[in-house]
Amino acid sequence: MLKIGVPSKGRLMEKTFDWFGERGVQMRQSGAEREYAGSVEGIAGVELVLLSAGEVPRELAAGRIHLGVTGSDLVRDKLADWDRQVAELAPLGFGHADLIIAVPACWIDVDTLDDLDAAAAAFRAAHGFRLRIATKYHRLVRDYLTAGGIADYQLVDSQGATEGTVKNLTAEAIADITTTGETLRANHLKVLDDALVHASQAVLFASRAAEWDEQTTRVYGDLLRLIGVAQPDHR
Amino acid sequence: MKAAIRAEAAALFAAFQAAGAVPVEADILLPAGTLLDLYGEDIRARAYVTQDPLRGEMMLRPDFTVPVVQAHMAHGADPARYTYMGEVFRKQDHLGDRASEYLQVGFEIFDRDAPEAADAEVFALFAGLLAPLGLRPATGDLGILMAAVRSLSTTSQRKAALLRHIWRPARFRALLDRFAGRAAPAPSRLRLLERLAQASPDALIEGAGPQIGLRSATDIATRAALLVADAATPPLPAPEAAMLDALLALSAPAAQAQTRLREIVGHMPAMAPALDSFAARLDALAARGIDPATLPFEASHGRSTLEYYDGFVFTFHAADPSLPPVASGGRYDALTAVLGQGRSIPAVGGVIRPNLVAALKGAL
Repeated sequence: MLKIGVPSKGRLMEKTFDWFGERGVQMRQSGAEREYAGSVEGIAGVELVLLSAGEVPRELAAGRIHLGVTGSDLVRDKLADWDRQVAELAPLGFGHADLIIAVPACWIDVDTLDDLDAAAAAFRAAHGFRLRIATKYHRLVRDYLTAGGIADYQLVDSQGATEGTVKNLTAEAIADITTTGETLRANHLKVLDDALVHASQAVLFASRAAEWDEQTTRVYGDLLRLIGVAQPDHR
Repeated sequence: MKAAIRAEAAALFAAFQAAGAVPVEADILLPAGTLLDLYGEDIRARAYVTQDPLRGEMMLRPDFTVPVVQAHMAHGADPARYTYMGEVFRKQDHLGDRASEYLQVGFEIFDRDAPEAADAEVFALFAGLLAPLGLRPATGDLGILMAAVRSLSTTSQRKAALLRHIWRPARFRALLDRFAGRAAPAPSRLRLLERLAQASPDALIEGAGPQIGLRSATDIATRAALLVADAATPPLPAPEAAMLDALLALSAPAAQAQTRLREIVGHMPAMAPALDSFAARLDALAARGIDPATLPFEASHGRSTLEYYDGFVFTFHAADPSLPPVASGGRYDALTAVLGQGRSIPAVGGVIRPNLVAALKGAL
C-alpha cells in the first residue's frame, strides 16, 4: 500500500481533503469524527494515515509513510538537510503563513536585521546576557540569523503564546508564524522589514527513505497523473 | 581503522611531549553556558547539548581550547606548553560521511615573550610532523586586518562594529560598504532620522506603543542618539576603503605579501607594529626552515564563524577539497582575557586530526 500522511484535524485536514477531492481522489475520515482512521476512493492501493501535522516530517524521514501533506516550515525546521530526505512534489496553495522576526513596537531604532544585530550588541553590553529571541522554529531561525551574520543573540524555546514572551520578560524579541499580524499588533510587536525567515504553505512531500517497491511505485505514478503533479527527477 | 587512528594520535601526542609540552586532560562534559557565551548560538547547531538535572545545560566537548585555557588560567605555569589527546564531538547537519566524533591531538604555547617565535615554533612543529603527507599549508594574520580597522579615520563606534564582525565576512562587507558610502542606508533608517529631526527619541518611543520587555526606553533612546550622530559622520575616505579592499583580497607567498602589505598600509604609522610583527614572524619561520618565498599567505584566512583567532592563523589541507583541514590553529590572545577573569596571556596553538592522518597514510 502507498501510505499518505495527512493532518488529522482542523482546516489543514479539510483543505487537504478538498484539494485531493477536486482532483478525483476522495479522502474520508472513517467512522466517528474523532477516530483517526480514513479511507481513500478514486484510486486503488492508497492508504490514508491521519496524524499530527508536526509528526508528518518525522514519519516521512523515517520512511513510514510514502507521501505526506504538511507545512513547508515544519519540514524545513524539523529535518536536517530536508531536501535530501524528502522531495517537494507540489505546493497546495493553502495554509499560508510567514515565519517572521518581531520586536516591540516601541523599539523605534530597530526596523531591519542590521538594526537587530546592533541592538543585540548594545543589549548584551548593557544587560550582561545575549538578547533573547523566543521561538519554536529553532533550526530555521538559527540558520537564517547565521546566514545574516547576526551575533550576540540567543534562542529561547517557546512552544506557544510566543507573542506574550516579551511582555512576560522571558524574551526581548520573537520569531513566529503570522498570517494577518493581528496577534502581533495586539501584543505591541512589529515585524522587521527585511526578516522574512520563510514563507510557508501546505505542501505535498514524498519520502526518499520509504520502501518503494514495484507496486507502490506504480500507484505513485498513477496518483501523480490523476492529481496532475509532475514526477520529480528522482525521488 | 580505529586502532590505526589511535596509534597516529599516540605518535603525535608523544611528538608534542618530545617538543616540551606537558600532557593535560580535559572533561568531556562541559558547562554549555561558557561555550555559548563565547561562540554564540551557532555552537548549538554544531555541538551536542544535553541536560543535567543539577548542573543545567551541558555540552559534549566540541574542542579543547576552552577547557585547556581555563585550566591554564586557573593554575598554569607561566610560560607553559601543553599537549592533549582525546575525542571531540560535532553534530553534522548535513548527510554525508563527516565524522561527528573524532580524535584531536593538540599543542598550545602560553608565553608572554616573543609571540612571533611562538607562532613559528607551532607552525614549524606541525609542518614537520605532517611533512610526509604532502599537505597544502595556508596562513593568515587577523592581527593585520584588526590593526587596519583600528587605524581607520572614523568613529570608535564604526571601528567597534567592524571589529565585532571581523569573523563574518558578509556582514563585515555590508558594514564597510555602508560606512564608505557605497551602499545607501535602509529606507526605514532615513524615515527614522527624519522623525528624530522633528521630535525627541523619548517622544517617539512614547508614541510608538507601551514600553514592554527588558530593553528599556533609555537603551532605545541611547541607540537613537548614536544613529543621529552616525548619520552626521562623514563617509570613510575612499583611499581607506580601498586599502581595506586591497588587504582583504591579498593572497600571495608570504615574502611577496610582505612587500604588498608595505605598499597597501606602509604609509600608516598605526600599522607599524602589525607589520613589524609580521616581519619578525617571517624571520622566525625562516630560522626554522620554513621558506617565506613559498609559504602561502592570505590576509582573509581564518575569517569564519566559531573562530576566536586574533593573530597568526594556519591550516594544512589535503588535496581533496571535500575533506576538512587535517590541522588548523592560530593565536588567540583575546580569548585568554575573556576566560581569564581579568587576567590574560598571549597564546598560540593548533590541533591535528589523527583520523585524517591515518586515512591519508593508508592512501599513500
